Amino acid sequence: MQIARVIGDVVTTMKDENLSGIKLLVLQPLDPDGNASGRTLVAVDAVGAGVGETVFFVRGKEASFPFHPTEVPTDAGIVGIVDHWHVER
Amino acid sequence: MAGPQDRPAGLKTEDGGLETELQLARVVGTVVATQKHEAFRGAKLLLVQPVGLDDTPRGTALLAVDSVGAGVHEKVLIVMEGRAAGEALGRKGAPVDAAIVGIVDSVDVQE
Repeated sequence: MQIARVIGDVVTTMKDENLSGIKLLVLQPLDPDGNASGRTLVAVDAVGAGVGETVFFVRGKEASFPFHPTEVPTDAGIVGIVDHWHVER
Repeated sequence: MAGPQDRPAGLKTEDGGLETELQLARVVGTVVATQKHEAFRGAKLLLVQPVGLDDTPRGTALLAVDSVGAGVHEKVLIVMEGRAAGEALGRKGAPVDAAIVGIVDSVDVQE
């Protein structure tokens, strides 16, 4: 998993029917120091996250597991909202 | 036929491949999340930085569930593949892609 900031949302009308009703959010992955790290991506939301929140997300087919038995066609999914994190070097 | 393109996205190797095998990593932090998928209930989330054999950081840090009681600063063994990570958590079908599966006592490399 990776920590990311939710920086936007995506609205789609024409889409795979298994994506209907699912919120799509734009994520900016963060490094442990909280700086933007790597490319932005779109992820499905399984926990009710919103723009401006810090979340963690899973990559790969596991991103669709929260929606089981619906087979949601996704490769990234938000699975938690981060309250805070602490780094020790 | 399954190929590398079918694997879950993990760390990118320097040659553009995907790293999904066991990796050495250093635990660098802890994460607190109240609102999360039910599969994470009671699970400890740790920030880990993959390292090479000489302990230098490799790639980007990631979040892994801890199944062995690891702590910050410890060197650990992580899996970066969904099924293995779900098994480490003891929950099938859990939406996880990385888990700590061992605490490293020592690494002995000859040559």
